[in-house]
Amino acid sequence: MTIDFIINQFTEIIGNFPVAAFLVACASVGGLLFVLMALNAMVAVYVERKVSAFMMDRLGPMGQGPGLHAGKWGILQTFADAIKLLIKEDTIPKSADQILFKVAPFIIFIGAIIGLSALPFSSSIQAVDLNVGVFYIIAVGSIGVIGIVMAGWASNNKWSLYGAMRSAAQIISYEIPAGLSIIVPIMMSGTMNLQNLIEYQSGSIFGIFPNWIMFQNPFAFLAFFIFFISAVAETNRTPFDIPEAESELVAGWMTEYSGFRWAVFFLSEYANMFVVSGLAVAGFMGGWLSPIPGFLNSPVLGLFWFFGKVSFLIFVMMWFRWTFPRLRVDQLMYVCWKVFIPIAMLNIFGVGIWKLIFG
Amino acid sequence: MGVIQGDQMVLNIGPQHPSTHGVLRLEVMTDGEIVSKITPHLGYLHRCFEKHSENVTYEQVIPYTDRCDYLASMNSNFGYVVAMEELMDIKVCERVEYVRVIMAELNRIASHLLGVGAYGLDVGAFTPFVHMLRDRERILDIFEYTCGARLLYNYMWVGGVSHDLPKDFKKICFKFLDYFEPKIDEYNQLLTYNKIFVERTADVGVLPADVAISYGVSGTNLRASGVKWDVRKEEPYSIYDRFNFDIPIGEAKFGTLGDCFDRYWVRILEMKESIKIVRQALKEIPEGDIFETMPKKIRPPKGSIYRRTESPRGDLGYYIESDGSPVPTRVKMRSPAFTALSCLDEISQGWMMSDVLCILGSLDIVLGEIDR
Amino acid sequence: MNHSEIQSLIEEKFPNSLIANENLQGNQLEIDGQFWKDIATFLKNDPKLLFDQLECITGIDTGDDGPLQSRYNLHSMELRHKIEVIISLDRDNPTVESIEQIWRIGDWFERETYDMFGIVYEGHRDLRRILCPDDWEGWPLRKDYELQETYHGIMVPKVKEEEGWE
Repeated sequence: MTIDFIINQFTEIIGNFPVAAFLVACASVGGLLFVLMALNAMVAVYVERKVSAFMMDRLGPMGQGPGLHAGKWGILQTFADAIKLLIKEDTIPKSADQILFKVAPFIIFIGAIIGLSALPFSSSIQAVDLNVGVFYIIAVGSIGVIGIVMAGWASNNKWSLYGAMRSAAQIISYEIPAGLSIIVPIMMSGTMNLQNLIEYQSGSIFGIFPNWIMFQNPFAFLAFFIFFISAVAETNRTPFDIPEAESELVAGWMTEYSGFRWAVFFLSEYANMFVVSGLAVAGFMGGWLSPIPGFLNSPVLGLFWFFGKVSFLIFVMMWFRWTFPRLRVDQLMYVCWKVFIPIAMLNIFGVGIWKLIFG
Repeated sequence: MGVIQGDQMVLNIGPQHPSTHGVLRLEVMTDGEIVSKITPHLGYLHRCFEKHSENVTYEQVIPYTDRCDYLASMNSNFGYVVAMEELMDIKVCERVEYVRVIMAELNRIASHLLGVGAYGLDVGAFTPFVHMLRDRERILDIFEYTCGARLLYNYMWVGGVSHDLPKDFKKICFKFLDYFEPKIDEYNQLLTYNKIFVERTADVGVLPADVAISYGVSGTNLRASGVKWDVRKEEPYSIYDRFNFDIPIGEAKFGTLGDCFDRYWVRILEMKESIKIVRQALKEIPEGDIFETMPKKIRPPKGSIYRRTESPRGDLGYYIESDGSPVPTRVKMRSPAFTALSCLDEISQGWMMSDVLCILGSLDIVLGEIDR
Repeated sequence: MNHSEIQSLIEEKFPNSLIANENLQGNQLEIDGQFWKDIATFLKNDPKLLFDQLECITGIDTGDDGPLQSRYNLHSMELRHKIEVIISLDRDNPTVESIEQIWRIGDWFERETYDMFGIVYEGHRDLRRILCPDDWEGWPLRKDYELQETYHGIMVPKVKEEEGWE
């Protein structure tokens, strides 16, 4: 339900109290988004452990045998981890900057959750139906960088700062090809509104293939890949996890954080993965439309399709992590500035020419 | 107008490492990202092997040699035993020779698997490490079946071996080799030809051949620099001259000759060669009694000997001096990883911090051997 | 080249440098320490010898007030011959010239022999202990080595019948 819908219902049922209506709507929707974020993190952590285990030819968390164990197939493992993180001691280094140290995780958290608020989960389920949806998500995704630099600085640790600086450079650099690539669906559909973007992708090509933007045009296909890989770089996942895996030498930018604060970082990382996958799905893969054009489209089934596609992309991100080695910092920058940005610009040019010729 | 020199920063890597190299402290002087000097600090794992060996008898030294290079215990034992047999002029029976070669080559495969897997882990590839350890477990199972120990065997004794091969050893060993040989192609698909891995390792840490020889580098590291030198072929010991195997050398496959990728690539090829040797040995192994040439008392004649053998890390040499009594006067182990580590400073000049770990991983050192 | 040919080459170039000793076996040669650096340069560079690989430097304590010895195993990669050079050093003042600039592995090998025996290699640019901590006392591999009682206040455990474990 969009926030507007809730406000309308509130006004109809209870009366004309605009401020109260607004607060109730925001609180309820915000609460739902938070629950979604938490659930997403719990499921994603479990899936990551199982996926990595199966790729490495082992079993991962399993519940076998008597006594306190992790439930069938290790499902309770995540609950156990969550409880452990919550009851851990909250250590803050004495020489750390106290205020910035405490605030940093929440800035990253805010960046992730307000990104979630613009995603179209279904044709009628979306927190806010913004006219500039795509632009908003891309803009808000950069808030996380402030949090990272704050965390690195406030830890008062040479190595944390190093890692944070690298992470900031990486995220800011990869914003550019991501932004340039997401312009392609905007060009093709003529709108930045996510629901309209998805409706543009309804119908089919040659009667059998879904009319998703990534299939309409070879340049759009390329743009999808550029966007997706830049998104992986933005969320600091392997092969771009040099800021975190700095821990092979010393500790990354999250080192001084333990317990609940670290859990907030973790939550935000998985929420970020969800947001960028959501944007990729909405922009390129048809959002909540079913893969069989024309059939099985409804507000409820749309939710199912959307989550299915986003889960697939998150699975691919995890697949990347356990397959590829890590890129070195200068190679990372080289790939971004000298490979992706020219290709992304070429895509924009190409899509324009294509549209001109084929309409 | 001179160049503005920033302050040099001194950073410490270690003594604890999240990789299997051991307890090593590297003091790195960097100018921002670029490394200008590395000073390794050793001795964290020094257990006085050489002092101990002056107080115990010759056969009691063998478990100490196991613990020096703990990833290739069979080869460490082999080196000591070959040196002792040359000092005492003993010729062991045929079956013992074959058993020793089989065990040494299987251990070479196991050691290379760990070395290469840990290298992938250093570079950030988690999955090949786990796969290689899974296959190494099978080799360790074979060793456990033979002599009861998984890692430190005390297997090769002067004049023989400690346990004979079990009855169905051939069947088990062939089964393992048939399972393992296609796995190497899997590793190549997963790690070796992966573009990111190649980018990280090609052209990094080039070790030219003349620098390598001057620094005493030997074994895989020297072969990767293009020098065709293998002690098993040049100064053959045991029955290595009867087997038909190649010596893989670095061929600058993706970068300069002698870079990290070449060292890694030579290790992968050496595993294939070891499989060949084991197959040939298993076919030809004769029956016999392993204890027939074992001396009752080990009292070598007065004198000294330096003999080297090929361990997975390079030229493992033992300098043994005896004065006729059952207790050695001096046993010195010349460890190949010691020499490999000594050239780290020279080959990592001008590289970045992430590359230093890459280069260290490619040298495949074991601290137990360096510190003894 | 075989051993006697190598020996005669060295004898020719550096007369009075070889010391005769009936205990020498195989390819061992004993030389006088004062000629060592020149002989080493000659061994490395002479086209008939070309000893480019220093395999091992071993320190030996011959015990009972005998001399300390520094033994060098050399090998030629191209000409495939080996030699072992023995230099006997006075126990009270064991010094010999360093050859770490000739064979670069000499750097660490000589540090190790210094650490274990106390043999001082003159001309070594950075002679300090390598395996023992920098402030350790004594030369561990000498036959008359006595373990120190404490190290930075920590008791160094001694296993002696009278005292037992501490």
